[in-house]
Amino acid sequence: MNTCARVVAVYRRELGAYFTTPLAYVFLAAFVLLSGFLAFEFGGFFRREQADLLSFFNFHPWLYLVLMPPLAMRIWSEERQTGTIELLMTLPLTALDAVLGKFLAAWTFVAVALLLTLPMWLTVNYLGSPDNGIIVAAYLGSWLMGGSFLALGGFLSALTKNQVVAFILSTIASLLFLLLGFAPVAQVLQALLPASVAELAISLSFLSHFQNIAKGVVDSRDLGFFLVFMLSWLLATAALIDWKKGA
Amino acid sequence: MIEIENLTKRFGPFVAVDNLSFSVAAGQVLGFLGPNGAGKSTTMRMLAGFLRPDSGRIRIFGDDLNERPLQVKSRLGYLPEGAPSYGDMPVRGFLQFIAQARGIERRQRSARIAAIMARLQLETVANRSIETLSKGFQRRVGLAQALIHDPSVLLLDEPTDGLDPNQKHEVRQLIRQLSDDKIVIISTHILEEVEAVCQRAVIINHGRLVADATPAQLKSSSDYFQAVELELDDAEGIAPALRQLAGVREVVVTPGQGNRVRVMAAKHAVIWPAVQAFLQDRGIRPQSLSVSAGRLDDVFRRITVDQDPGREGEP
Repeated sequence: MNTCARVVAVYRRELGAYFTTPLAYVFLAAFVLLSGFLAFEFGGFFRREQADLLSFFNFHPWLYLVLMPPLAMRIWSEERQTGTIELLMTLPLTALDAVLGKFLAAWTFVAVALLLTLPMWLTVNYLGSPDNGIIVAAYLGSWLMGGSFLALGGFLSALTKNQVVAFILSTIASLLFLLLGFAPVAQVLQALLPASVAELAISLSFLSHFQNIAKGVVDSRDLGFFLVFMLSWLLATAALIDWKKGA
Repeated sequence: MIEIENLTKRFGPFVAVDNLSFSVAAGQVLGFLGPNGAGKSTTMRMLAGFLRPDSGRIRIFGDDLNERPLQVKSRLGYLPEGAPSYGDMPVRGFLQFIAQARGIERRQRSARIAAIMARLQLETVANRSIETLSKGFQRRVGLAQALIHDPSVLLLDEPTDGLDPNQKHEVRQLIRQLSDDKIVIISTHILEEVEAVCQRAVIINHGRLVADATPAQLKSSSDYFQAVELELDDAEGIAPALRQLAGVREVVVTPGQGNRVRVMAAKHAVIWPAVQAFLQDRGIRPQSLSVSAGRLDDVFRRITVDQDPGREGEP
């Protein structure tokens, strides 16, 4: 059996598992309501009188900081807590098969959440004539950023069987990768560190890469950043799972 | 054929499995015994490919588990301790996932699932989520996932733990019905289970192999081997005379049950003809008389407790 079929087996189970719990619907509702609330209330969606979704996408990094850790914390911790990891890892699968299947399922779930916000897009098209290319790019960027949060959180979830610990670790790590590019923090970094180190640290931030894409500047460096970021954490997770076999 | 060579596993300073070697031939049902904490589950987890040994190797039908994990795992069926499964999945959905992950072709999948559910009598609960099922049903779901791909090696970690006597009986029936070319390893601390289903018993203690024999051979090394158990009207009165018979090591009158006597045989001695002749001479008719084939629990205790009493009670 090839890798693809094995990944699909895990993917289907995981995706099914999201939708059999009420948690999934609570999560989706929270995502849609919060993203809308932030855009209308703090983003000045109407007050700006501009036909775009910038006020909506601007809050996504912070929304994900709150919503991705609870989604990612269960990916591996739950398996360890309930003992099902013993079942999963004695199936003829590699650690990477399981890591990819689980990640893709979680990432699909984020895609579903994003799709549920499409009424926002329809609204701006009804009210004005936005640049739909930019909006598509922003959706793509948001999804990539969500995946990056998940890949990071998934790795931290594989560290512990305690979901609360996984959640806290994941929130802290996510905050770090956001704040590196947050203007006040970036200024401090530039003042304290040698220029090249500061640049490197800032370039690891989700914020700047996402903001570029959300503005419609689709640069392969920004897309590449998220893809490489995800892939690195996924490979690290597979290595960690494999290492734990021997520990 | 399973070959286990010099298997060792440490958890920090604690040696869970210590230089363990044995092999199992096709068609054997092996009982893997030991007190709690002896390293049974750790060994089972290494055999199933869930834990990596610190040293030593495991070959299953010639393939090294560490070098060709996927090939080996695809021939294994494993029931982990406590039979964990995805509680929020329905039984059928869970088995579908296992069948797919095990690479059973789409066309065969539903037939295979139907067959295994029939075999384990799971049809009535096919659409219920696993967490709502009773312990017995959950264990059967665990067995179903371990058997669905018709594995050549079946590893069962305490398959009847926590089941009621009827459920235990059902599980044992099932193990006996498995085809003759399979290797079955059952880890347990329930001795009656070994007598009921296993042709061979391997006992480990503190991670080391301490006995490897058939259940009958083990029992023959028991203190109770060839002991004669009697039920008499005047047990206390006859006991001293019984003690004088050739080959009798000891006579025990069970306290609290005044009319029960156990006549213990000296090593290798067969005393029941002498006891019977003695009773006939005196014209005593016992209410019952039986010759013990030895007791496994006695052997088990002697091997696993006396051997290293200083370490008793360690995890």
